[in-house]
Amino acid sequence: MSATTSMPLHLDDSEIPTEERRPRRRRRGIAVDRPGWFVYTALGFVLLASLLPYYWSLLIGSGDSSTIRDTNMSWIPGGNFFANAAAVVNNEAVNFWTALWNSIWSSAVIALSVVFFSTLAGWAFAKLRFKGGNILLIFVIATMAVPTQLGVVPLYILFADLGWTGQIGAIIVPALVTAFGVFWMTQYLRQTVPDELIEAARVDGANSFRTFLTVGLPAARPAAAMLALFTFVTAWNNFFWPFIVLDPQNPTLPVALQLLQSNYFVDYSVVLAGVLLATIPLLILFAFAGKQLVSGIMAGAVKG
Amino acid sequence: MTTTVPSTRSPKRIGFGHRMSAWDLKLSPYLYISPFFILFIVVGLFPIGYTAVISFMDWDLVRNTGEFIGWGQYEWVLSNPKFWIALRNTFSIFLLSSIPQLIAAIFIAAMLDQNIRAKTFWRMGVLIPYVMAPVAVALIFSNMFGDQYGIINTMLNRIGIPDIAWHSNAFASHIAIATMVNFRWTGYNTLILLAAMQAIPRDYYEAATVDGAGKIRQFFSITVPSLRPTLIFVIITSTIGGLQIFDEPRMYDQYGTGGANSQWLTISLWLYDIGWGEWNFGRAAALAWILFLIILAIGIVNLFVSQGLIRDEGGRGQLTRKQRRAAVRAARASVAAEAHGTPGTSSASAQKETVR
Repeated sequence: MSATTSMPLHLDDSEIPTEERRPRRRRRGIAVDRPGWFVYTALGFVLLASLLPYYWSLLIGSGDSSTIRDTNMSWIPGGNFFANAAAVVNNEAVNFWTALWNSIWSSAVIALSVVFFSTLAGWAFAKLRFKGGNILLIFVIATMAVPTQLGVVPLYILFADLGWTGQIGAIIVPALVTAFGVFWMTQYLRQTVPDELIEAARVDGANSFRTFLTVGLPAARPAAAMLALFTFVTAWNNFFWPFIVLDPQNPTLPVALQLLQSNYFVDYSVVLAGVLLATIPLLILFAFAGKQLVSGIMAGAVKG
Repeated sequence: MTTTVPSTRSPKRIGFGHRMSAWDLKLSPYLYISPFFILFIVVGLFPIGYTAVISFMDWDLVRNTGEFIGWGQYEWVLSNPKFWIALRNTFSIFLLSSIPQLIAAIFIAAMLDQNIRAKTFWRMGVLIPYVMAPVAVALIFSNMFGDQYGIINTMLNRIGIPDIAWHSNAFASHIAIATMVNFRWTGYNTLILLAAMQAIPRDYYEAATVDGAGKIRQFFSITVPSLRPTLIFVIITSTIGGLQIFDEPRMYDQYGTGGANSQWLTISLWLYDIGWGEWNFGRAAALAWILFLIILAIGIVNLFVSQGLIRDEGGRGQLTRKQRRAAVRAARASVAAEAHGTPGTSSASAQKETVR
């Protein structure tokens, strides 16, 4: 789709008389032309490559078990997607609805908790002066280099002792606040909130927590929204620890997807229909919040 | 302690409320950062230390304790040929995924950095793969890279290349798994690099254009050198993530043990297998520490190399004549811009937002 739409875009561009285009160039102050067809074609291929796996899963997921063996397979989706999706949903070993619900609520709880505690800690690191603050912040950043693998054995023993294995709580609790979130909010609040504002709140008689609520939280809103998005996506896609600690009876979506493939006979039309089904919620999220994700990554990069 | 509350400004008003507010000022920062540290101690620091303890033990799952056996588990891991295969595979997949990915990301970012139409559309387009779970990506690609009926082999056959054994050949399986990683992360890193490119002062390019440098020359002489700090950041984060790779190799076939001959067994995959396949926590803990030390060692090497690079950047000898000329021009331009004054700067608008 992209390769074809990019061409007319370019043609439109060249149809505009040069006299009309010139002022727009001037505004940026650079003598760069609109790029030629090569850039659009190359970007079109990138977009195509980004979409191909999605389309491939639709193609196989809408066929039947023989589609995958058909070397002259059609590039138009078949009519079996809903039948295959039903096979996923009705597969008793997979517990699809439980997995979907678990993924939704655990990711939401993790995102909210990470945002709240990270904003609180970020506020302290960015705007409140206290002994050891800088060293503690460096420590927070350093913890990001610690791999998950280093803690999983004792964590598993701990949660097994508590009787939490198989419980969604076991994947929520370790993720309640992240070093990345604290670092992110610290950077943002440091740049956006002027110290005078805090002084003003204090003069007005607000205590420290009230100042945070009335000055810090509103200022943090844009960065908090981005952090919530990233945390949600990361939690939703997380596999290693949920795979270890959860049971097949009470999975999250990635764990359930793994179960789809673990049978001796693998029907890929059902597996890929399940993949698509499990990805749809995030695609909907992307449709609404993709712009924020893009600007979040770009904003984080400049500061990071 | 309460008497030491500082009250130099208004000694007459040492009331209860004042004392409280002094404590409030002093203590609340610690209170605010405490959730992170409490949680980190419970689910981070304690497990790290305990992993070290367990790694010197022969852990008994039934009694839920262990018996100290010294360095035995480390010796077992390091003398096991599987460890060296897993290490080789992990590095092979890491290199195959990070190097092409970075190169592709730089070029795509350079294209997005042009004055293209529908910027948001293209930026969102490259990020689409990021929202798909690695597990889902792996399921799709392991199907596409099927040895017998995969679309990749079918396509290769069409252009006259015989079937490639994407699963039974170790190197081919690394390429397939690296492709999954590249699919998911190239767009993400592209946007990071794009942000860095947009921070490069446009005057540099203007000056270079005046000097007669073409687009390609500008890319290699201005864009790439300016990206260095960001590249280091991306390399370090992708090293930490890449050496932990688990999801993609786990889902590359339905058994999840890294292939019949450990063709795509990675360290994390082996760790899982030792811990929750063979239920040998002592060995798994030892392997976890070895993995951490490897990541740490590479991180330190990265840091030294990158620090050297950054220090070089300050050196005068590194600048070419064109860069120096561009810098002078840029300085002149920025002075001129400041003289004109720019209304609505970012700090003012940010302030407005916080007031609201």
